[in-house]
Amino acid sequence: MSAPSTAEIRTQVDAVFRQESGRILATLIRLLGKFDVAEDAMHDAFSAALQRWPAEGIPANPRAWLISTARFKAIDAMRRRRRFAASQEDIADTLHGGQPGVAANASAGAGDDELPDDQLRLIFTCCHPLLAPDARAALTLREVCGLTTEEIARAFLTSAPTIAQRIVRAKAKIRDERIPYQVPSGAELPERIGAVLAVVYLLFNEGYSASSGPSLTRADLSAEAIRLGRVLLELLPEPEVIGLVALMLLQESRRTARVSAQGELVLLEQQDRSTWDHTLIREGIALVERALATRRFGPYTLQAAIAAVHAEAATPEATDWRQICALYAALLAMQPSPVIELNRAAAVAMSEGPAAGLALIDAIVARGELRDYHLAHSARADLLRRLGRQDEAHAAYEQALGLVKSDPEIRYLEKRLRELG
Amino acid sequence: MKGPNPGPKPPINPQSNMKYICLGNIDPSKFASFTDAERNAMMDSCFAYDDQLRANGHFQGGEALQPPDAAMTLRYANGRVVVTDGPFAETKEQLGGIMILEARDLNHAVELISKHPGVKFGPWEIRPAADLSEMMRESEARRQTGKR
Repeated sequence: MSAPSTAEIRTQVDAVFRQESGRILATLIRLLGKFDVAEDAMHDAFSAALQRWPAEGIPANPRAWLISTARFKAIDAMRRRRRFAASQEDIADTLHGGQPGVAANASAGAGDDELPDDQLRLIFTCCHPLLAPDARAALTLREVCGLTTEEIARAFLTSAPTIAQRIVRAKAKIRDERIPYQVPSGAELPERIGAVLAVVYLLFNEGYSASSGPSLTRADLSAEAIRLGRVLLELLPEPEVIGLVALMLLQESRRTARVSAQGELVLLEQQDRSTWDHTLIREGIALVERALATRRFGPYTLQAAIAAVHAEAATPEATDWRQICALYAALLAMQPSPVIELNRAAAVAMSEGPAAGLALIDAIVARGELRDYHLAHSARADLLRRLGRQDEAHAAYEQALGLVKSDPEIRYLEKRLRELG
Repeated sequence: MKGPNPGPKPPINPQSNMKYICLGNIDPSKFASFTDAERNAMMDSCFAYDDQLRANGHFQGGEALQPPDAAMTLRYANGRVVVTDGPFAETKEQLGGIMILEARDLNHAVELISKHPGVKFGPWEIRPAADLSEMMRESEARRQTGKR
């Protein structure tokens, strides 16, 4: 019986890190009261695991071992800091159990090493309404998803210092405003869940379509968003959480079909449906049905339901457009928006003919809305083309081209223009 | 808890640690009026924090610098190298030292340096080290084949 090699131990520690570091960090932030202290303690604990597990063996409960080791390391570190430079703040910390970083929730089981909702506390704290909106996404990606500052910067096509500054300010805000490290309750919860879901969906969309630049999708961010959604789903299965996860899975199922091998945009009606991921579709549909059954669903659920109707059609001709129109009407009643009206108009065009759809779009534009939205003009162009009004279609495609930024979308519109002749 | 320096911590993922250069500017006017005791306390706290960074595997090297009046400056003008002594202390802030720091990411580097007692005495700059290895490989290849 040979002992596992150091390399094998390292592989296992890496696996534990990938799987458990999120939960461990969330618990340590509650126990130790400060983000940076918790981060250092966690990494110290994993280093200790690498040093000690080859000889001691992997513990039966790695997570508990790591949390316990992290606490000892944190206390060690605090003692060393006290000896080196007796800072009044530090001494107060150690004596009164940590306060200035993240305001502890007094009623939480302070003696418990791990509480199941620690991850939820962390997510809700990172998405707190008092934090700047662009800071919430960055902070969530770093503290909840474990991405580095540099990885986050690449994902958002911005510089590392820009992201670093957002995170520095957000942590300072949490400290200065004494934002409590807790899961909101009662009347607060729906709105706070909304803030969290908005961050998750923002992350998914950043990964799903780059707003400018050569590539249409950035897969890593979407994967993180889905992962985060699944964590939320397990901890807080509220209808809109279910709905958002369903929506992300259904959109994700079309990822490979959405972009051609040459990097060109492929419309839904032209996508090769055999490349759709039917495992994701089945899961997405099941979640939609679960959310709808609660009768307390919201906009994400309805958007997911629309995506599900598309996903269920084996061919574009088999699409149940009437159901989609009805779902859009319900969505509009809940969340009036010109973009949703535009999507509904496109569905009406499929269900009742291009003239009906065009009338709806023209009404939106006549109101002064969506004039700068390229999809409005390209939708008009498409309907005009189907009605045989070529010159007007040409003008509308030109208008859309003037507004669009991503290379694949530019190429797509230029292609439609060429096809018009 | 004195003991031999345990050496740098092994990172979880060998790729995970990144290199940052810290340029420690100092404004001497900020401690010009210090008593000896105050100055000693300041140096003690700085060296102690450096020791902490070493112990935790973050300190990968560094040097204090003598003041600018010990410096030489080399410029290129009119087709040749011009050497002058100085610069003498023209600006309030002078580069007092450099540190090579290893940290998990930029925010971690910011956390580590923000706690350094020396930060009080002049703005410190953190910049990621630039990875020129690709550039160097290509240059090496060009020089090997003797192409210009």
